[in-house]
Amino acid sequence: MKTAVNVEKITVAYKKTPVLQDVTFSIPEGQLVGIIGPNGAGKSTLLKSILQLVPKTAGDVSIKGKTVQQQRKLIGYVPQRGDVDWDFPTNALDVVLMGRYGHIGWFKRPKKKDKEHALSCLDKVGMKAYADRQISQLSGGQQQRVFLARALAQDASIYFMDEPFAGVDAATERAIIALLNELKKQGKTVLVVHHDLQTAEEYFDWLLLLNKHLIASGPVSKTFTTDLLQKTYGGKLAFLSSS
Amino acid sequence: MSYDMWIILTGALVGAACGIIGTFLVLRKMAMIADAISHTVLLGIVGAFLVSQTLEGPFMLIGAVITGLLTTFFIQVLDSSGVQTDAAIGVVFTALFSVGVILVSLFARNVHLDVDHVLMGDITFIPFHTIEWNGMTLGPKAFWLIAVVLVIDIVFITVMYKELKITSFDPAMAFALGLPVTALHYLFMSMVSITTVASFDSVGAILVVAMLIVPPSTAYLLTDRLLFMILYSAAIGAASAVIGYYIAQWLNVSIAGSMASTTGILFLLAFLFAPQHGIIAKRLARRLSVTES
Ligand SMILES: Nc1ncnc2c1ncn2[C@@H]1O[C@H](COP(=O)(O)OP(=O)(O)OP(=O)(O)O)[C@@H](O)[C@H]1O
Ligand SMILES: [Mg+2]
Repeated sequence: MKTAVNVEKITVAYKKTPVLQDVTFSIPEGQLVGIIGPNGAGKSTLLKSILQLVPKTAGDVSIKGKTVQQQRKLIGYVPQRGDVDWDFPTNALDVVLMGRYGHIGWFKRPKKKDKEHALSCLDKVGMKAYADRQISQLSGGQQQRVFLARALAQDASIYFMDEPFAGVDAATERAIIALLNELKKQGKTVLVVHHDLQTAEEYFDWLLLLNKHLIASGPVSKTFTTDLLQKTYGGKLAFLSSS
Repeated sequence: MSYDMWIILTGALVGAACGIIGTFLVLRKMAMIADAISHTVLLGIVGAFLVSQTLEGPFMLIGAVITGLLTTFFIQVLDSSGVQTDAAIGVVFTALFSVGVILVSLFARNVHLDVDHVLMGDITFIPFHTIEWNGMTLGPKAFWLIAVVLVIDIVFITVMYKELKITSFDPAMAFALGLPVTALHYLFMSMVSITTVASFDSVGAILVVAMLIVPPSTAYLLTDRLLFMILYSAAIGAASAVIGYYIAQWLNVSIAGSMASTTGILFLLAFLFAPQHGIIAKRLARRLSVTES
Protein backbone atom coordinates (compact mmCIF):
# COMPACT_ATOMS: atom_id res chain seq x y z
CA MET A 1 0.00 0.00 0.00
CA LYS A 2 1.22 3.49 -0.80
CA THR A 3 1.79 5.99 1.96
CA ALA A 4 -0.57 8.98 2.09
CA VAL A 5 0.95 10.88 4.98
CA ASN A 6 4.36 10.43 6.46
CA VAL A 7 5.33 12.31 9.62
CA GLU A 8 8.93 12.12 10.87
CA LYS A 9 9.80 13.19 14.39
CA ILE A 10 7.83 16.39 14.53
CA THR A 11 8.05 18.57 17.60
CA VAL A 12 5.90 21.65 18.05
CA ALA A 13 6.13 24.25 20.79
CA TYR A 14 4.03 27.31 21.50
CA LYS A 15 6.21 29.83 23.28
CA LYS A 16 8.83 27.26 24.32
CA THR A 17 6.53 24.71 26.03
CA PRO A 18 6.45 21.70 23.72
CA VAL A 19 2.93 20.45 23.00
CA LEU A 20 3.94 17.69 20.59
CA GLN A 21 7.15 15.74 20.99
CA ASP A 22 8.88 13.50 18.54
CA VAL A 23 5.76 12.33 16.77
CA THR A 24 6.42 9.81 14.02
CA PHE A 25 3.89 7.81 12.03
CA SER A 26 2.83 7.00 8.53
CA ILE A 27 -0.60 6.36 7.14
CA PRO A 28 -1.41 4.25 4.12
CA GLU A 29 -3.71 5.54 1.40
CA GLY A 30 -7.43 4.92 1.44
CA GLN A 31 -7.85 4.79 5.20
CA LEU A 32 -10.35 6.45 7.46
CA VAL A 33 -8.18 7.54 10.35
CA GLY A 34 -9.31 8.61 13.81
CA ILE A 35 -7.04 10.89 15.83
CA ILE A 36 -7.81 10.31 19.48
CA GLY A 37 -6.58 11.83 22.70
CA PRO A 38 -7.70 13.93 25.66
CA ASN A 39 -8.27 17.71 25.53
CA GLY A 40 -5.01 19.53 25.07
CA ALA A 41 -3.30 16.40 23.72
CA GLY A 42 -2.19 18.32 20.66
CA LYS A 43 -4.61 16.89 18.11
CA SER A 44 -5.45 20.22 16.50
CA THR A 45 -1.81 21.21 16.73
CA LEU A 46 -0.82 18.03 14.90
CA LEU A 47 -3.14 18.85 12.00
CA LYS A 48 -2.03 22.46 11.91
CA SER A 49 1.64 21.57 11.93
CA ILE A 50 1.18 19.06 9.13
CA LEU A 51 -0.49 21.80 7.09
CA GLN A 52 2.22 24.29 8.17
CA LEU A 53 -0.31 26.55 9.87
CA VAL A 54 1.90 26.52 12.95
CA PRO A 55 5.69 26.28 12.75
CA LYS A 56 7.45 23.07 13.74
CA THR A 57 10.52 23.11 15.94
CA ALA A 58 11.76 19.99 14.22
CA GLY A 59 10.65 17.22 11.93
CA ASP A 60 9.43 16.47 8.44
CA VAL A 61 6.12 15.86 6.78
CA SER A 62 5.50 14.39 3.38
CA ILE A 63 2.25 13.89 1.52
CA LYS A 64 2.37 11.09 -1.03
CA GLY A 65 6.12 11.36 -1.12
CA LYS A 66 6.31 15.12 -1.76
CA THR A 67 6.36 18.22 0.42
CA VAL A 68 3.14 19.78 1.66
CA GLN A 69 3.93 22.86 -0.42
CA GLN A 70 3.99 20.77 -3.58
CA GLN A 71 0.78 18.97 -2.69
CA ARG A 72 -1.47 21.85 -1.60
CA LYS A 73 -4.05 20.97 -4.22
CA LEU A 74 -4.37 17.43 -2.85
CA ILE A 75 -5.09 18.59 0.68
CA GLY A 76 -8.46 19.50 2.14
CA TYR A 77 -8.77 21.01 5.60
CA VAL A 78 -11.80 21.36 7.83
CA PRO A 79 -10.87 23.57 10.80
CA GLN A 80 -12.54 23.41 14.19
CA ARG A 81 -15.81 25.29 13.82
CA GLY A 82 -14.84 27.95 16.36
CA ASP A 83 -11.84 28.99 14.25
CA VAL A 84 -13.70 31.35 11.93
CA ASP A 85 -15.94 34.39 12.25
CA TRP A 86 -19.49 33.17 11.59
CA ASP A 87 -20.76 36.75 11.55
CA PHE A 88 -18.85 37.38 8.33
CA PRO A 89 -21.22 38.81 5.70
CA THR A 90 -21.48 35.83 3.39
CA ASN A 91 -23.80 32.90 2.70
CA ALA A 92 -23.43 29.13 2.72
CA LEU A 93 -22.85 28.81 -1.01
CA ASP A 94 -20.07 31.42 -0.90
CA VAL A 95 -18.29 29.55 1.86
CA VAL A 96 -18.44 26.32 -0.13
CA LEU A 97 -17.17 28.17 -3.19
CA MET A 98 -14.06 29.06 -1.21
CA GLY A 99 -13.19 25.39 -1.52
CA ARG A 100 -12.82 25.98 -5.26
CA TYR A 101 -10.41 28.91 -4.94
CA GLY A 102 -7.37 26.67 -5.20
CA HIS A 103 -8.63 25.41 -8.56
CA ILE A 104 -9.85 28.74 -9.88
CA GLY A 105 -6.46 30.43 -9.63
CA TRP A 106 -5.40 33.99 -8.94
CA PHE A 107 -7.58 36.98 -9.82
CA LYS A 108 -10.22 34.92 -11.60
CA ARG A 109 -13.85 34.79 -10.66
CA PRO A 110 -15.70 31.57 -9.83
CA LYS A 111 -17.47 30.38 -12.98
CA LYS A 112 -20.88 28.88 -13.40
CA LYS A 113 -19.47 25.37 -13.24
CA ASP A 114 -17.76 26.18 -9.93
CA LYS A 115 -21.09 27.35 -8.55
CA GLU A 116 -22.81 24.21 -9.77
CA HIS A 117 -20.11 22.09 -8.23
CA ALA A 118 -20.44 23.96 -4.93
CA LEU A 119 -24.22 23.48 -5.01
CA SER A 120 -23.84 19.76 -5.60
CA CYS A 121 -21.48 19.58 -2.61
CA LEU A 122 -24.07 21.37 -0.47
CA ASP A 123 -26.59 18.87 -1.74
CA LYS A 124 -24.41 15.95 -0.64
CA VAL A 125 -24.46 17.21 2.93
CA GLY A 126 -28.19 17.92 2.76
CA MET A 127 -27.80 21.70 2.79
CA LYS A 128 -28.84 22.72 -0.70
CA ALA A 129 -31.95 24.46 0.60
CA TYR A 130 -29.74 26.72 2.72
CA ALA A 131 -27.42 27.90 -0.05
CA ASP A 132 -28.52 31.53 0.27
CA ARG A 133 -28.66 31.56 4.04
CA GLN A 134 -26.36 33.99 5.85
CA ILE A 135 -23.92 31.75 7.73
CA SER A 136 -24.65 33.19 11.18
CA GLN A 137 -28.25 32.09 10.74
CA LEU A 138 -27.28 28.43 10.51
CA SER A 139 -27.28 26.11 13.50
CA GLY A 140 -23.98 24.69 14.75
CA GLY A 141 -24.58 21.37 13.02
CA GLN A 142 -25.50 23.12 9.78
CA GLN A 143 -22.34 25.21 9.94
CA GLN A 144 -20.37 22.02 10.36
CA ARG A 145 -22.05 20.58 7.26
CA VAL A 146 -21.20 23.70 5.28
CA PHE A 147 -17.56 23.26 6.28
CA LEU A 148 -17.73 19.69 5.12
CA ALA A 149 -19.27 20.70 1.82
CA ARG A 150 -16.44 23.18 1.37
CA ALA A 151 -13.92 20.39 1.89
CA LEU A 152 -15.75 18.25 -0.67
CA ALA A 153 -15.65 21.14 -3.12
CA GLN A 154 -11.87 21.12 -2.86
CA ASP A 155 -11.74 17.72 -4.56
CA ALA A 156 -8.77 16.82 -2.42
CA SER A 157 -7.34 13.37 -2.02
CA ILE A 158 -6.29 13.70 1.60
CA TYR A 159 -8.60 15.35 4.10
CA PHE A 160 -7.78 16.68 7.53
CA MET A 161 -10.86 17.31 9.65
CA ASP A 162 -10.80 18.80 13.12
CA GLU A 163 -13.76 17.52 15.13
CA PRO A 164 -16.35 17.47 12.35
CA PHE A 165 -18.78 15.78 14.76
CA ALA A 166 -18.62 18.46 17.43
CA GLY A 167 -22.12 19.74 18.19
CA VAL A 168 -23.96 17.73 15.53
CA ASP A 169 -26.90 15.45 16.25
CA ALA A 170 -26.77 11.69 15.86
CA ALA A 171 -28.47 11.72 12.45
CA THR A 172 -26.00 14.25 11.07
CA GLU A 173 -23.11 12.29 12.50
CA ARG A 174 -24.33 9.18 10.64
CA ALA A 175 -24.71 11.19 7.45
CA ILE A 176 -21.18 12.57 7.78
CA ILE A 177 -19.71 9.16 8.44
CA ALA A 178 -21.50 7.77 5.38
CA LEU A 179 -19.98 10.58 3.36
CA LEU A 180 -16.50 9.90 4.70
CA ASN A 181 -16.90 6.24 3.79
CA GLU A 182 -17.82 7.30 0.30
CA LEU A 183 -14.64 9.35 0.07
CA LYS A 184 -12.71 6.32 1.25
CA LYS A 185 -14.27 4.22 -1.50
CA GLN A 186 -12.91 6.72 -4.00
CA GLY A 187 -9.46 5.94 -2.65
CA LYS A 188 -9.14 9.10 -0.56
CA THR A 189 -7.55 9.28 2.84
CA VAL A 190 -9.41 11.01 5.65
CA LEU A 191 -7.93 11.98 9.02
CA VAL A 192 -10.52 12.93 11.61
CA VAL A 193 -10.04 14.28 15.11
CA HIS A 194 -12.59 12.40 17.17
CA HIS A 195 -13.61 12.46 20.81
CA ASP A 196 -16.08 9.67 21.21
CA LEU A 197 -14.46 6.38 22.19
CA GLN A 198 -17.85 4.66 21.96
CA THR A 199 -17.91 4.98 18.20
CA ALA A 200 -14.21 5.10 17.37
CA GLU A 201 -13.88 1.38 16.78
CA GLU A 202 -16.90 1.27 14.50
CA TYR A 203 -16.05 4.35 12.44
CA PHE A 204 -12.37 4.07 11.68
CA ASP A 205 -9.90 1.73 10.00
CA TRP A 206 -6.87 3.20 11.62
CA LEU A 207 -6.22 5.06 14.85
CA LEU A 208 -3.65 7.58 15.99
CA LEU A 209 -3.54 7.70 19.76
CA LEU A 210 -1.99 10.93 20.88
CA ASN A 211 -1.11 12.60 24.10
CA LYS A 212 1.75 14.99 23.52
CA HIS A 213 3.66 11.92 22.36
CA LEU A 214 2.39 9.39 19.91
CA ILE A 215 1.03 6.48 21.93
CA ALA A 216 0.17 4.30 18.98
CA SER A 217 -0.58 4.35 15.27
CA GLY A 218 -2.04 1.38 13.48
CA PRO A 219 -5.12 -0.54 12.35
CA VAL A 220 -8.02 -0.37 14.79
CA SER A 221 -7.73 -4.05 15.65
CA LYS A 222 -4.23 -3.47 16.99
CA THR A 223 -4.67 -0.04 18.56
CA PHE A 224 -8.13 -0.03 20.11
CA THR A 225 -7.03 -1.88 23.22
CA THR A 226 -7.71 -1.08 26.85
CA ASP A 227 -4.03 -0.99 27.47
CA LEU A 228 -3.22 1.66 24.88
CA LEU A 229 -6.33 3.71 25.64
CA GLN A 230 -5.41 3.70 29.32
CA LYS A 231 -2.01 4.95 28.33
CA THR A 232 -3.51 7.70 26.18
CA TYR A 233 -6.01 8.96 28.72
CA GLY A 234 -4.49 7.66 31.95
CA GLY A 235 -1.35 9.77 31.63
CA LYS A 236 -3.50 12.84 31.71
CA LEU A 237 -5.41 11.70 34.77
CA ALA A 238 -2.21 10.98 36.63
CA PHE A 239 -0.97 14.42 35.66
CA LEU A 240 -4.15 15.99 37.02
CA SER A 241 -4.00 14.22 40.34
CA SER A 242 -0.33 15.00 40.86
CA SER A 243 -0.82 18.75 40.39
CA MET B 1 -16.03 74.78 -10.57
CA SER B 2 -16.76 76.65 -7.37
CA TYR B 3 -14.63 76.26 -4.25
CA ASP B 4 -17.52 74.65 -2.44
CA MET B 5 -17.96 72.09 -5.15
CA TRP B 6 -14.29 71.05 -4.98
CA ILE B 7 -14.47 70.69 -1.24
CA ILE B 8 -17.61 68.58 -1.41
CA LEU B 9 -16.23 66.41 -4.20
CA THR B 10 -12.95 65.85 -2.40
CA GLY B 11 -14.76 64.98 0.80
CA ALA B 12 -17.03 62.53 -1.00
CA LEU B 13 -14.06 60.75 -2.57
CA VAL B 14 -12.38 60.53 0.83
CA GLY B 15 -15.58 59.03 2.25
CA ALA B 16 -15.85 56.51 -0.57
CA ALA B 17 -12.18 55.45 -0.51
CA CYS B 18 -12.13 55.07 3.26
CA GLY B 19 -15.46 53.23 3.18
CA ILE B 20 -14.17 50.68 0.69
CA ILE B 21 -10.85 49.96 2.39
CA GLY B 22 -12.40 50.23 5.84
CA THR B 23 -14.81 47.37 5.11
CA PHE B 24 -11.94 44.90 5.21
CA LEU B 25 -10.40 46.60 8.24
CA VAL B 26 -13.63 46.04 10.14
CA LEU B 27 -14.04 42.46 8.95
CA ARG B 28 -10.44 41.67 9.88
CA LYS B 29 -11.04 43.24 13.28
CA MET B 30 -8.21 45.69 12.78
CA ALA B 31 -9.79 49.00 13.76
CA MET B 32 -7.06 49.73 16.30
CA ILE B 33 -4.27 49.01 13.84
CA ALA B 34 -5.90 51.50 11.49
CA ASP B 35 -5.81 54.06 14.27
CA ALA B 36 -2.11 53.38 14.78
CA ILE B 37 -1.32 53.67 11.08
CA SER B 38 -3.29 56.88 10.69
CA HIS B 39 -0.87 58.44 13.17
CA THR B 40 2.42 56.78 12.31
CA VAL B 41 2.17 57.79 8.66
CA LEU B 42 3.02 61.27 9.90
CA LEU B 43 6.55 59.91 10.15
CA GLY B 44 6.31 58.78 6.54
CA ILE B 45 5.19 62.19 5.39
CA VAL B 46 8.03 63.95 7.18
CA GLY B 47 10.49 61.35 5.95
CA ALA B 48 9.31 61.81 2.40
CA PHE B 49 9.63 65.58 2.80
CA LEU B 50 13.16 65.35 4.16
CA VAL B 51 14.23 63.13 1.29
CA SER B 52 12.48 64.90 -1.57
CA GLN B 53 12.07 68.45 -0.16
CA THR B 54 8.54 68.54 -1.53
CA LEU B 55 5.09 67.58 -0.42
CA GLU B 56 4.14 66.16 -3.79
CA GLY B 57 1.60 63.36 -3.79
CA PRO B 58 3.73 60.47 -5.04
CA PHE B 59 6.42 61.03 -2.40
CA MET B 60 3.85 61.23 0.34
CA LEU B 61 2.27 57.99 -0.81
CA ILE B 62 5.61 56.19 -0.86
CA GLY B 63 6.47 57.51 2.59
CA ALA B 64 3.07 56.41 3.83
CA VAL B 65 3.42 52.91 2.45
CA ILE B 66 6.85 52.50 4.06
CA THR B 67 5.73 53.63 7.51
CA GLY B 68 2.44 51.73 7.22
CA LEU B 69 4.37 48.54 6.52
CA LEU B 70 6.84 49.25 9.32
CA THR B 71 3.99 49.81 11.74
CA THR B 72 2.33 46.55 10.72
CA PHE B 73 5.63 44.71 10.89
CA PHE B 74 6.63 45.99 14.35
CA ILE B 75 3.20 45.23 15.78
CA GLN B 76 3.45 41.75 14.30
CA VAL B 77 6.90 41.20 15.79
CA LEU B 78 5.90 42.32 19.30
CA ASP B 79 2.66 40.38 19.08
CA SER B 80 4.31 37.12 18.11
CA SER B 81 6.97 37.48 20.78
CA GLY B 82 4.34 37.46 23.49
CA VAL B 83 3.25 41.10 24.01
CA GLN B 84 -0.53 41.59 24.21
CA THR B 85 -1.89 42.83 20.90
CA ASP B 86 -3.37 46.06 22.20
CA ALA B 87 -0.18 46.87 24.11
CA ALA B 88 1.90 46.11 21.01
CA ILE B 89 -0.25 48.52 19.00
CA GLY B 90 0.05 51.18 21.69
CA VAL B 91 3.83 50.90 21.92
CA VAL B 92 4.49 50.99 18.17
CA PHE B 93 1.93 53.69 17.54
CA THR B 94 3.29 56.13 20.12
CA ALA B 95 6.94 55.38 19.36
CA LEU B 96 6.72 56.04 15.63
CA PHE B 97 4.30 58.91 15.98
CA SER B 98 6.47 60.73 18.51
CA VAL B 99 9.49 60.42 16.23
CA GLY B 100 7.34 61.96 13.52
CA VAL B 101 6.31 64.84 15.76
CA ILE B 102 9.94 65.54 16.72
CA LEU B 103 11.09 65.48 13.11
CA VAL B 104 8.34 67.89 12.10
CA SER B 105 9.31 70.33 14.83
CA LEU B 106 13.02 70.02 13.96
CA PHE B 107 13.10 70.17 10.22
CA ALA B 108 9.80 70.97 8.70
CA ARG B 109 8.75 74.01 10.67
CA ASN B 110 8.72 76.36 7.74
CA VAL B 111 6.71 74.35 5.33
CA HIS B 112 3.04 73.80 5.09
CA LEU B 113 3.25 70.80 7.39
CA ASP B 114 2.40 71.66 10.89
CA VAL B 115 1.25 68.95 13.24
CA ASP B 116 -2.14 70.55 13.65
CA HIS B 117 -2.76 70.34 9.98
CA VAL B 118 -1.89 66.67 9.81
CA LEU B 119 -3.90 65.83 12.88
CA MET B 120 -6.98 67.86 12.13
CA GLY B 121 -6.88 68.31 8.39
CA ASP B 122 -8.22 71.43 6.78
CA ILE B 123 -10.49 70.85 3.89
CA THR B 124 -11.34 74.56 3.64
CA PHE B 125 -7.95 75.34 2.12
CA ILE B 126 -7.93 72.49 -0.35
CA PRO B 127 -9.06 74.58 -3.33
CA PHE B 128 -6.06 76.94 -3.01
CA HIS B 129 -3.43 74.31 -3.75
CA THR B 130 -4.09 73.45 -7.34
CA ILE B 131 -2.41 71.50 -10.09
CA GLU B 132 -1.45 73.48 -13.18
CA TRP B 133 -0.87 71.90 -16.52
CA ASN B 134 0.02 73.87 -19.66
CA GLY B 135 -1.27 76.97 -17.97
CA MET B 136 -4.59 75.35 -17.19
CA THR B 137 -5.80 74.86 -13.65
CA LEU B 138 -6.87 71.27 -13.22
CA GLY B 139 -8.28 71.59 -9.74
CA PRO B 140 -7.01 71.00 -6.22
CA LYS B 141 -4.06 68.67 -5.60
CA ALA B 142 -5.88 67.04 -2.72
CA PHE B 143 -8.72 66.15 -5.05
CA TRP B 144 -6.45 64.47 -7.57
CA LEU B 145 -4.51 62.67 -4.89
CA ILE B 146 -7.60 61.04 -3.38
CA ALA B 147 -9.04 60.41 -6.85
CA VAL B 148 -5.94 58.46 -7.87
CA VAL B 149 -5.91 56.57 -4.59
CA LEU B 150 -9.61 55.75 -4.92
CA VAL B 151 -8.96 54.28 -8.35
CA ILE B 152 -6.05 52.23 -6.96
CA ASP B 153 -8.27 50.99 -4.14
CA ILE B 154 -11.05 49.99 -6.49
CA VAL B 155 -8.67 48.16 -8.81
CA PHE B 156 -7.06 46.42 -5.84
CA ILE B 157 -10.37 45.27 -4.36
CA THR B 158 -11.73 44.16 -7.72
CA VAL B 159 -8.68 42.17 -8.69
CA MET B 160 -8.09 40.64 -5.26
CA TYR B 161 -11.72 40.25 -4.25
CA LYS B 162 -11.79 36.55 -3.61
CA GLU B 163 -8.31 36.47 -2.08
CA LEU B 164 -9.23 39.29 0.33
CA LYS B 165 -12.48 37.59 1.15
CA ILE B 166 -11.00 34.24 2.09
CA THR B 167 -8.03 35.67 3.97
CA SER B 168 -10.45 37.77 6.01
CA PHE B 169 -12.95 35.00 6.68
CA ASP B 170 -10.66 32.04 7.20
CA PRO B 171 -6.92 32.79 7.06
CA ALA B 172 -6.03 29.22 8.04
CA MET B 173 -7.96 27.82 5.12
CA ALA B 174 -6.44 30.44 2.81
CA PHE B 175 -2.99 29.40 3.94
CA ALA B 176 -3.81 25.72 3.54
CA LEU B 177 -4.84 26.50 -0.03
CA GLY B 178 -1.40 27.96 -0.61
CA LEU B 179 -2.30 31.66 -0.69
CA PRO B 180 0.46 34.03 0.51
CA VAL B 181 -1.59 35.23 3.46
CA THR B 182 1.15 37.38 4.98
CA ALA B 183 2.07 39.08 1.73
CA LEU B 184 -1.59 39.87 1.12
CA HIS B 185 -1.85 41.29 4.61
CA TYR B 186 1.03 43.68 3.97
CA LEU B 187 -0.33 44.64 0.59
CA PHE B 188 -3.65 45.42 2.19
CA MET B 189 -1.95 47.50 4.89
CA SER B 190 -0.22 49.47 2.12
CA MET B 191 -3.62 50.29 0.69
CA VAL B 192 -4.78 51.40 4.13
CA SER B 193 -1.70 53.63 4.39
CA ILE B 194 -2.06 55.40 1.07
CA THR B 195 -5.79 55.87 1.60
CA THR B 196 -5.09 57.38 5.00
CA VAL B 197 -2.50 59.81 3.69
CA ALA B 198 -4.62 60.87 0.77
CA SER B 199 -7.41 61.65 3.24
CA PHE B 200 -5.27 63.75 5.58
CA ASP B 201 -5.78 67.07 3.86
CA SER B 202 -9.49 66.66 4.20
CA VAL B 203 -10.09 65.12 7.58
CA GLY B 204 -6.72 64.75 9.33
CA ALA B 205 -5.22 61.81 11.17
CA ILE B 206 -7.65 61.68 14.06
CA LEU B 207 -10.88 61.76 12.14
CA VAL B 208 -9.76 59.59 9.24
CA VAL B 209 -10.28 56.66 11.59
CA ALA B 210 -13.94 57.60 11.84
CA MET B 211 -14.18 57.53 8.06
CA LEU B 212 -12.39 54.16 7.93
CA ILE B 213 -14.38 52.40 10.64
CA VAL B 214 -17.84 53.91 11.07
CA PRO B 215 -19.31 53.69 7.53
CA PRO B 216 -18.34 49.99 7.19
CA SER B 217 -19.82 49.29 10.61
CA THR B 218 -23.02 50.99 9.47
CA ALA B 219 -23.06 49.01 6.23
CA TYR B 220 -22.50 45.83 8.22
CA LEU B 221 -25.85 46.40 9.91
CA LEU B 222 -27.61 46.83 6.58
CA THR B 223 -26.58 43.76 4.60
CA ASP B 224 -25.42 40.17 4.82
CA ARG B 225 -23.43 40.21 1.59
CA LEU B 226 -19.82 41.30 1.35
CA LEU B 227 -20.15 43.02 -2.02
CA PHE B 228 -23.10 45.08 -0.79
CA MET B 229 -21.30 45.89 2.41
CA ILE B 230 -18.48 47.43 0.36
CA LEU B 231 -20.86 49.38 -1.87
CA TYR B 232 -23.06 50.63 0.97
CA SER B 233 -20.01 51.56 2.98
CA ALA B 234 -18.60 53.63 0.11
CA ALA B 235 -21.97 55.34 -0.38
CA ILE B 236 -22.40 56.02 3.32
CA GLY B 237 -18.88 57.42 3.56
CA ALA B 238 -19.46 59.74 0.61
CA ALA B 239 -22.88 60.80 1.91
CA SER B 240 -21.41 61.52 5.36
CA ALA B 241 -18.88 63.85 3.77
CA VAL B 242 -21.48 65.75 1.78
CA ILE B 243 -24.06 65.98 4.55
CA GLY B 244 -21.30 66.86 7.03
CA TYR B 245 -20.16 69.70 4.81
CA TYR B 246 -23.60 71.28 4.71
CA ILE B 247 -24.10 70.86 8.44
CA ALA B 248 -20.76 72.58 9.01
CA GLN B 249 -21.80 75.48 6.78
CA TRP B 250 -25.11 75.77 8.52
CA LEU B 251 -23.77 75.66 12.08
CA ASN B 252 -20.45 77.30 11.20
CA VAL B 253 -18.32 74.53 12.75
CA SER B 254 -15.30 72.45 11.71
CA ILE B 255 -15.96 70.67 8.44
CA ALA B 256 -13.85 67.62 9.30
CA GLY B 257 -15.50 67.31 12.69
CA SER B 258 -18.90 67.64 11.15
CA MET B 259 -18.18 64.94 8.54
CA ALA B 260 -17.00 62.54 11.22
CA SER B 261 -20.03 63.28 13.39
CA THR B 262 -22.28 62.58 10.45
CA THR B 263 -20.81 59.08 10.10
CA GLY B 264 -21.76 58.62 13.75
CA ILE B 265 -25.31 59.87 13.22
CA LEU B 266 -25.82 57.56 10.23
CA PHE B 267 -24.48 54.69 12.30
CA LEU B 268 -26.91 55.47 15.09
CA LEU B 269 -29.80 55.53 12.61
CA ALA B 270 -28.80 52.13 11.23
CA PHE B 271 -28.26 50.80 14.73
CA LEU B 272 -31.82 51.75 15.63
CA PHE B 273 -33.71 51.25 12.39
CA ALA B 274 -31.82 48.71 10.25
CA PRO B 275 -34.39 46.28 8.84
CA GLN B 276 -32.85 43.11 10.30
CA HIS B 277 -29.98 43.98 12.58
CA GLY B 278 -31.34 47.22 14.08
CA ILE B 279 -32.39 46.97 17.69
CA ILE B 280 -35.96 48.03 17.00
CA ALA B 281 -36.37 45.31 14.38
CA LYS B 282 -34.82 42.82 16.80
CA ARG B 283 -37.16 43.85 19.61
CA LEU B 284 -40.17 43.59 17.31
CA ALA B 285 -39.08 40.16 16.11
CA ARG B 286 -38.71 39.02 19.70
CA ARG B 287 -42.13 40.35 20.66
CA LEU B 288 -43.71 38.69 17.63
CA SER B 289 -42.17 35.35 18.45
CA VAL B 290 -43.32 35.70 22.04
CA THR B 291 -46.94 36.46 21.11
CA GLU B 292 -46.95 33.68 18.54
CA SER B 293 -45.88 31.01 20.94
N1 LIG C 1 -2.03 29.36 19.85
C1 LIG C 1 -1.61 28.74 20.97
N2 LIG C 1 -0.73 29.36 21.80
C2 LIG C 1 -0.27 28.75 22.91
N3 LIG C 1 -0.63 27.52 23.29
C3 LIG C 1 -1.49 26.84 22.52
C4 LIG C 1 -2.04 27.42 21.32
N4 LIG C 1 -2.87 26.53 20.76
C5 LIG C 1 -2.86 25.45 21.56
N5 LIG C 1 -2.04 25.62 22.62
C6 LIG C 1 -1.75 24.63 23.67
O1 LIG C 1 -1.26 23.48 23.06
C7 LIG C 1 -1.80 22.32 23.64
C8 LIG C 1 -2.44 21.46 22.59
O2 LIG C 1 -3.55 22.15 22.04
P1 LIG C 1 -4.46 21.55 20.90
O3 LIG C 1 -5.45 22.59 20.54
O4 LIG C 1 -3.62 20.99 19.84
O5 LIG C 1 -5.19 20.36 21.68
P2 LIG C 1 -6.36 19.42 21.19
O6 LIG C 1 -5.86 18.04 21.37
O7 LIG C 1 -6.84 19.80 19.85
O8 LIG C 1 -7.47 19.71 22.29
P3 LIG C 1 -9.07 19.78 22.17
O9 LIG C 1 -9.53 18.36 22.30
O10 LIG C 1 -9.46 20.56 23.38
O11 LIG C 1 -9.43 20.43 20.89
C9 LIG C 1 -2.75 22.78 24.72
O12 LIG C 1 -2.09 22.64 25.97
C10 LIG C 1 -3.01 24.22 24.41
O13 LIG C 1 -3.17 24.94 25.59
MG1 LIG D 1 -8.57 20.67 19.07
